[in-house]
Formats: sequence, C-alpha cells, structure tokens
Amino acid sequence: MNWLREVSWSPYAVGIGIGMLSWFTWLISGKPIGCSTSFARTAGMIEKLFRGKKVENRPYYQEVKPTVDWQWMLVLGMVLGAFLSSVLSGDFRWHWVPRQWEAAFGPSALLRVGLALVGGTLLGFGSRWADGCTSGHGISGTMQLAVSSWISAICFFVGGILMAQLLFAIIA
Amino acid sequence: MKTRSPLAWGLLFGIIFGFLLQKGGVTKYDVIIGQLLLQDFTVLKIILTAVVSGMIGIHLMKSLGWIQLDPKSGSWGKNAIGGLIFGLGFALLGYCPGTIAGAIGNGYLDALVGGLAGILLGSGLLAVAYPRLQAGVMKRGHFGDLTLPRLFKVSDWAVIGPLSLVIVLALYLLERAGL
Repeated sequence: MNWLREVSWSPYAVGIGIGMLSWFTWLISGKPIGCSTSFARTAGMIEKLFRGKKVENRPYYQEVKPTVDWQWMLVLGMVLGAFLSSVLSGDFRWHWVPRQWEAAFGPSALLRVGLALVGGTLLGFGSRWADGCTSGHGISGTMQLAVSSWISAICFFVGGILMAQLLFAIIA
Repeated sequence: MKTRSPLAWGLLFGIIFGFLLQKGGVTKYDVIIGQLLLQDFTVLKIILTAVVSGMIGIHLMKSLGWIQLDPKSGSWGKNAIGGLIFGLGFALLGYCPGTIAGAIGNGYLDALVGGLAGILLGSGLLAVAYPRLQAGVMKRGHFGDLTLPRLFKVSDWAVIGPLSLVIVLALYLLERAGL
C-alpha cells in the first residue's frame, strides 16, 4: 500500500479516479459531484442563527434549502480525505502564505488573508450566480454535455487567466 | 438505491474525492495559480481526464437505462457573467469551492480563515440579490437544459466520440510540448 503514501500521483491517474468516482455517485446516489451549493446552504444556516426562521422566506433559500444534504457531506468528506492523504504522505503542513504568493506579494499573512477574503467573496457570489463551480459545471456538467456547463467552465478559466495576469504580470 | 443512507455515501465519496485532489496537488495554491498563469497544466490534465472517463461511463449507464442524467438549466446571463465573476475570484483566492475544502484539509490557513469566510459571504450576498438578478440579467439568453447533442441535433455518442478524441489529442500535445 506504498502508493497511498506517495506525495503525488499522475494527474491522469487522479483524473481517471475522479471520472470513475462520478460513475458511482450517479449509480449509488443518483447525483453528480458538486460543491458550491453547500456553501450557499451553509450561508443560509449561519444567517438563520442570527435572524431566525424568516431567513427561509428568502426566494433563494426556498430553492436551496439551508440544510445538510448529500453534497454537504461530500464537501465535509473532502476536507477529511485531503487531510488523510496529506498526513499519509507527510505532505500536511500549516501554511498562512503560499510560496508563489509570497514570492510576488511578500510574507504578510494579513494581506494574503484579506485578499483571500475578497477573492472568496467573488468566488462564492460568482458560483451561485452561475449555479455551479469547477466541480459541478467544470467536471460533472461538461461530462453530461450540458451547454450551461461548457459556457461556465470556459468563463471560469477566461476570468481566472485574466485576473492571474493582472495580479502576477501587471501588479506584482 | 437512491434513498439508502445518502448522507453516509456523500461522506464516503467526499473522502475519496478529497484524497484524489490532494494526490493530484490541486489542493495547493501554487498548482492552481500555476494553471491560471498557463505555466503548470496539472489542473487541466485532471479535469479533462476526469471528463473523458466520466463521460463515457455515465453515458453508457444512461444508454443501459441505469441512471438518469440531470444537465443544469442555464442562460448566457447566468453562466457567462457568473462564470467570469467566478474566474476573477478563482485567481485572487487561488482555490475553487471544491479544492478549498481539500486545501483546508492540507493545512492551508489562508483558505480556512480568508477564503472560506469569503465564499460564505459571497454566497449569502447572492442569496440577497437573487430576486432582482433572477428577474433581470439571469434571464438574458436563456437556453434551458440544452445539451450539445440536442444543440447539434445528433446522438449523444456522435458528440462523445469526437470530443474524447479531441481531448486525448489535446493532452498528447500538451505532453509533447513539455507542459
């Protein structure tokens, strides 16, 4: 079982693994792999803590109920799975500032966390606007040949490449 | 099958998915930003390989009548504009909603403290803005749950065959270019 302790696997092995995993999520649970809806549900659950049950009256939360469901457990499992993989290979480490960010913008954790917060806000807002993320549209939707998912996936990368150029070629 | 302990299955599938993402390196900021800077093509290799292998399997099961697929409904106003906003955040954060779960498991505190809080905030803001967006810009260019085979008026396999070949060829060319 030494392969479980390797730091990294071929991207093709990982890709085939994810493709095969999607066969089983459809077959056993009748669902595609996806992630971003769970963050919307969690946002609703947090708002409910402060504002009570009336949050459920928001039209959005009528469609996306603020509860724990199959996909929410999937996302929780992903944290555990990545932890398990990185601990087995000795690749687990606490980081505040990723290496390539530090090379461009310096070692300030405050700057990194602040801009991660802004980036996360755009990401969360955009994922719910587009009704999916890199998993739900980018992998599960494109393999179902959905037009909505192909447009979304292409736009994720167009926006991402533009912003990465702005950050690393122009600002840094 | 569909109603049998769905939450436990979700957790198990998630553990496998997170394990695979970490082994692929995409739970790391450097790998994701490397892709968006077009220097490291790990992300694209994983996605395209997953799409080809997944696509063939799920459509085979669909043809056999084992499963029913559920392509998402959309519009240009939803998918193109939302997708571009997503992309800007994707590069600024350096994780996406799936890989951030893996990044947290890998020990990235910028993902946990900054990124996760941001995604929750952004999702909540969209929920507030939703009625207005839904009545306006999200309706623009509506095409519903259209799929590529229906768009081109061909069978599923007439898309899957050529698309698989194009993706495999693209991956071969990426490798040959040393990327």
